[in-house]
Amino acid sequence: MNNERLKNPILEVRSLSVYFSTEEGIIKAVEDVSFEIYPSEILCLVGESGCGKSVTALSILKLIPSPPGEIISGRIIFNGRDITKLSEKEMEKIRGNEISMIFQEPMTSLNPVFTIGDQIIEAIELHQRLKRNEARKKAIEILGKVKIPLPDKRIDDYPHQLSGGMRQRAMIAMALSCEPKLLIADEPTTALDVTIQAQVLSLLKEIQSEMDMAIMLITHDLGIVSEIADRVAVMYGGRLVETGPIDDIFNHTSHPYTKGLLDSIPKIEEKIKRLNAIPGQVPNPMDLPQGCKFHPRCSMAVEECRNIEPQLFKVNGNHFSRCFRWKDCC
Amino acid sequence: MGSERSYKQGSKSFWIYFKKNRLAMIGLVIIIIMFIIAGLTRFGLGIILTPYDPGQTNVSLKLSPPSFKHYLGTDHLGRDLYTRILYGSQISLSVGFVAVAISILIGILVGSISGYYGGWVDSLLMRFVDIMLCFPSFFLILTIVALLGPSLFKVMLVIGITSWMGTARFVRAEFLSLRERDFVQAARALGVKDSRIMFRHILPNALAPVFVTATLDVASAILVEAGLSFLGFGAQPPTPSWGNILTEGRTYIFDAWWLTVFPGFAILITVLSFNLVGEALRDALDPRLRGIR
Repeated sequence: MNNERLKNPILEVRSLSVYFSTEEGIIKAVEDVSFEIYPSEILCLVGESGCGKSVTALSILKLIPSPPGEIISGRIIFNGRDITKLSEKEMEKIRGNEISMIFQEPMTSLNPVFTIGDQIIEAIELHQRLKRNEARKKAIEILGKVKIPLPDKRIDDYPHQLSGGMRQRAMIAMALSCEPKLLIADEPTTALDVTIQAQVLSLLKEIQSEMDMAIMLITHDLGIVSEIADRVAVMYGGRLVETGPIDDIFNHTSHPYTKGLLDSIPKIEEKIKRLNAIPGQVPNPMDLPQGCKFHPRCSMAVEECRNIEPQLFKVNGNHFSRCFRWKDCC
Repeated sequence: MGSERSYKQGSKSFWIYFKKNRLAMIGLVIIIIMFIIAGLTRFGLGIILTPYDPGQTNVSLKLSPPSFKHYLGTDHLGRDLYTRILYGSQISLSVGFVAVAISILIGILVGSISGYYGGWVDSLLMRFVDIMLCFPSFFLILTIVALLGPSLFKVMLVIGITSWMGTARFVRAEFLSLRERDFVQAARALGVKDSRIMFRHILPNALAPVFVTATLDVASAILVEAGLSFLGFGAQPPTPSWGNILTEGRTYIFDAWWLTVFPGFAILITVLSFNLVGEALRDALDPRLRGIR
């Protein structure tokens, strides 16, 4: 870990704000989010539905539907270049080639009328100068790498002929076909059942170390986080509320929201009647509360939390928390 | 999921379904026969089907009723009606297909752009479609052909450019729902260009219903061509087309009924065949309609 810190981050997001203007008003989906990803590390972006995880991910690829979405401010620096300033043409060269993305639903993320081979070959041909049969060879090789059995037969299968797990593997193969430096995985295992989840996760981890790429994994499942992450960033109400190395997050939790998330995981060793849940609802992004966005649901909130929005406090080293009372948290 | 299954799992289950519809099978056979006839007459092999030439006059035999020598009788110049109807199939089929090809091309282009980009582009194009739909199309075609002068090619072109609106709306509707699908987002995340996403990724998913409307459009294009030829704006005599055979026969409707009944019947069964096949295609491609009957 330590020598990785010395490297320059491959992706640096600096005070990113993304707003959506709708007829009912402006939705501040992402507000002042900063984080960085270092080469060959796995960063997990954690949070409830609607907290801005996916919007953050899509902003990195500049895939925010615009209008209504707009990157209001902030910089996204990838490999020394500010992505927010790149033209659509330049972005097309980066997408799929240097930054790839896999999606939540393997059922619908593959085009039903083409074979998976066609789709992987297309991804290869878009970014590399290869002849068709070379591209096909490469596609078979990648399918083997993501552990699809009989890749030379499966390459001619249509998506509906594959199971959910196989489809997600095919998606991963597509994303990996140009050996990206950064892979964004938006809840890649949510639609899969638990045994397949574990397989896909260990596959991701294996490929990550083999290909030396960074992964930004979006999830709401802290079980996954504990298995795979190097660092964790927790989002709430469009803001980053806690970020730090995995050990710090799990063992020295410094934000009541993270603590609530951890407490709501059922534990085998404890016999309890009900699951612990965080009371209340995710705030409406159109009508966020004053002060700390989490205070209405926070058991530790004090007067200060209601009025002033806390900044990120440094807990130690690389561990930050957006909470006035972070010291009292654990 | 259901619809994806049906059209890729293959053509096999689709064919099984289509075959069950007996009327459509008859229609398909008739269409195939029409094609063979049109092909043979076009390439100088009409001799296989008939000993006569469509333009060959024989005034001594004029207006003779159907007989074993002239199966469907002769017209006012003694030309063999059976031969003329066979040759006329060329005109009807070529007009039907060329006009529909033009209209589908325009329709797909307009519909794709409109549905994919949405916003003001969509509003603009769809209002234009609305304007086009306001004209009673037959009279629009009639006016344009009257201005440009009659010729078969112009008829095809004009039918094509006045009948794409339905296809455009259809394609647009498909695009509106398909562009929100995850695979479009996934393609974009791979760095695929807009135009490629439109025509290579989305369009193949939207084609099935287009083929259905196309088949039905062929029927109406044939009908429009017959109407134009009947009014003298289509194929020009002596080229036989079903429409102008009807016009010429109209004068003798009380003396020589065969001159109007038989070409009329040819139009009827061709149009009917295309309609039957089109409807069967629609049913076979839409899994929700399967098993209802």
